[in-house]
Amino acid sequence: MSTTNHDHSHAGHDHGDHAHAGHDDHHGPARGLTRWIFTTNHKDIGTLYLLFALVMLFVGGAMAMVIRLELFQPGLQFVNPDFFNQMTTMHALIMIFGMIMPAFVGFANWMIPLMIGAPDMALPRLNNWSFWILPFASSILVSTLFMDGGGPAGGWTLYPPLSLQAGNSFPFTIFAVHLLGMSSILGSINIIVTIMNMRAPGMTLLKMPLFVWTWLITAYLLIAAMPVLAGGVTMLLTDQFFGTTFFQAAGGGDPVLFQHIFWFFGHPEVYIIILPAFGIVSQIIPTFSRKPLFGYAAMVYATASIGFLSFIVWAHHMFTVGMPLAGEMFFMLSTMLIAIPTAVKVFNWTATMWRGSLTFETPMLFSLAFLFLFTIGGFSGLMLAIAPADFQYHDTYFVVAHFHYVLVPGALFAAIAGAYFWLPKWTGHMYDERLGKIHFWLSAISVNVTFFPQHFLGLAGMPRRIPDYATQFADWNMVSSIGSFGFGLSQLLFAYIVIKTIRGGRAATAQVWDQPEGLEWTVPSPAPYHTFDEAPVVK
Amino acid sequence: MHRVASNARRLLSGALIALAGLSAALPARAAWELNMTQGVTSTAQEAYDLHMLVLWICTIAGVGVFAVMIYAIVTFQKSKGAVPATFTHSTKAEVIWTVIPTLVLVFLGYETAPALVRIDDTRNSEMTIKITGYQWKWQYEYVGQDYSFFSTLANTSNAARQLGSGVDPKGVDNYLLEVDNALVVPAGVKIRYLITANDVLHAWWVPAFSVKRDAIPGYVNEGWFKVDEPGVYRGQCAELCGKDHGFMPIVVEALPKAEFEAWLATKKAPATVAAN
Repeated sequence: MSTTNHDHSHAGHDHGDHAHAGHDDHHGPARGLTRWIFTTNHKDIGTLYLLFALVMLFVGGAMAMVIRLELFQPGLQFVNPDFFNQMTTMHALIMIFGMIMPAFVGFANWMIPLMIGAPDMALPRLNNWSFWILPFASSILVSTLFMDGGGPAGGWTLYPPLSLQAGNSFPFTIFAVHLLGMSSILGSINIIVTIMNMRAPGMTLLKMPLFVWTWLITAYLLIAAMPVLAGGVTMLLTDQFFGTTFFQAAGGGDPVLFQHIFWFFGHPEVYIIILPAFGIVSQIIPTFSRKPLFGYAAMVYATASIGFLSFIVWAHHMFTVGMPLAGEMFFMLSTMLIAIPTAVKVFNWTATMWRGSLTFETPMLFSLAFLFLFTIGGFSGLMLAIAPADFQYHDTYFVVAHFHYVLVPGALFAAIAGAYFWLPKWTGHMYDERLGKIHFWLSAISVNVTFFPQHFLGLAGMPRRIPDYATQFADWNMVSSIGSFGFGLSQLLFAYIVIKTIRGGRAATAQVWDQPEGLEWTVPSPAPYHTFDEAPVVK
Repeated sequence: MHRVASNARRLLSGALIALAGLSAALPARAAWELNMTQGVTSTAQEAYDLHMLVLWICTIAGVGVFAVMIYAIVTFQKSKGAVPATFTHSTKAEVIWTVIPTLVLVFLGYETAPALVRIDDTRNSEMTIKITGYQWKWQYEYVGQDYSFFSTLANTSNAARQLGSGVDPKGVDNYLLEVDNALVVPAGVKIRYLITANDVLHAWWVPAFSVKRDAIPGYVNEGWFKVDEPGVYRGQCAELCGKDHGFMPIVVEALPKAEFEAWLATKKAPATVAAN
């Protein structure tokens, strides 16, 4: 994005819009590496977040490839079981904390100020810090793989006592989790302060684009949930090194307590990941339907309901720990409730398309795939809520299929859709539509080949987190592995398209798409380094 | 655009067929297994019935919602001259599509809650077995009978599963699902099990019984099963417990009650002799 260095002086004047009244006071970005290290500009930081997430997609993806390669056929061919467990653990940690969350924070940085008519994020230096924590935290996390005893191998849920059997890398893992959580909390504070204080005149809360709404609620979830995780992992650390026995039965502690703490963080975390995805899709579907989002207020309330419910359903991850009957009943029924606001969202997106005027550019294709495949993930989620059936589903590949459906064709597809949607605004260039469509079809087909058979495997009785399996699971595992290799390779095409678009391509107009709604489309493409120095007025 | 749409249609109809296939409860085949086992206990049957109920609800809802989406995608295309409508909300529609899922969920809860109560009821059991998880084996104790033993992965599987063993797992009988000493239980008897662990978390899972309960150090969990059909049933540890988590299977052999008692007597006899 170095091509944006001087563009604002031209583009800004060409349009002569209100965004550039204060132009003389500002200069373009610094040159060279220091621009990126010291930047306090929300667009630069957004770019850093997004590129970092793209890199981590391939780091975490490579780990997934190791997993699927080993599971390609029964027997152990490539890695030993301990390394396999490190791969499943690290794949999850990297993809959740290093890839999908930073990607959505990147969208927030780039788009929230543009969408609410603010000149930047409210706390720019904090913004710089919250990003620059990430590469160090992730490096620490990845470096544990090379330490004595290897990286964490007890699953991303870090359940004790197993997680306490880790090697010397254990404190590094905990430290990395602390740093990643800190980065998220700082980012969330910034997002809340920005949205609450820096909206343009006339931009009332219920006029904000849905993406801003979903991020506002997500940021609150993060602030509420992340410290709980930090507390939990700190207790693990003191159990390991300072003689406490929070989770050790031998000292009067309780291993199940950790699970409650973890999932009190972990379930809101699920919605922290999916709500911004809802937000992105809620921007894209109206644009390519040429019709405003149906039921805006209902969408806001549904998002808030999901946010609230996310704090009272956590123990549905723990139906097999031996809770009292009343506990199981409560968590089963409260979990079923989440289906209601989620269904409302799906119906509203469908109603947005109803009697619209649809076109199918790449962002829309990914959003439509999101709509269908996230719904499938939602259905399997409802199935998992049924406790008596969950005794069969729990800790099998059915669960793996479920959460990958909501995370990959759910959250990741929404992020990819958002990238295609706003790349022209970020770079000033149109991406290659033909390649984008190829990327879509390859991804949409291979993601289903990868994850749909995992439903069958789970129902047939294959536990998750095993490096080798009984021979009756061989056929679907091979299909799933072939799909995953296809999906992994397809994402190389995505990286190519993104790089190609950054480097050049057909010039994008300010509007980019056909009459899109929102302030971000009133500034030129690429968006000038400084926008909305003078607040726009929203009617 | 049109080609894209027809591709989308083909893909989606394919997905729907797959979904329908999943719900059709195809007869069990060795490899391309699609659905949950119906099992051999009343609990497993209840799990299966609820699974099928919710799967059908999801399938019907999915077919309905996807049909509307596909109709919208196919019909309201700009390339076909569709002009966008201007409506933005409808309180009536929101109420309808909030109330309908709510009613479906109330029905589902009504069907599910009693099953949960029955599964939880361990009263009136005739015998108790204590299960203890270790890294990476199971210990079974016949409570009050003064007899216990360990159960570990069978040697044939253990040899074949080593990295680069060169043994084709397909040639190993019950690869990874065979143990040296199976848990032997009487058929037709309500058995209460107590479960705990000695080191880390484990979970004892036999799909045919729909029994999956975590083994937790410091906790003694309980549950029950009653196997009506004599036979051999296999399962695995279902909670990550370290490097050999995938290699601590469970085999339960259900014998007619008389045969079980004879078996227990022969097993206990040498122990008694040794004690004397």
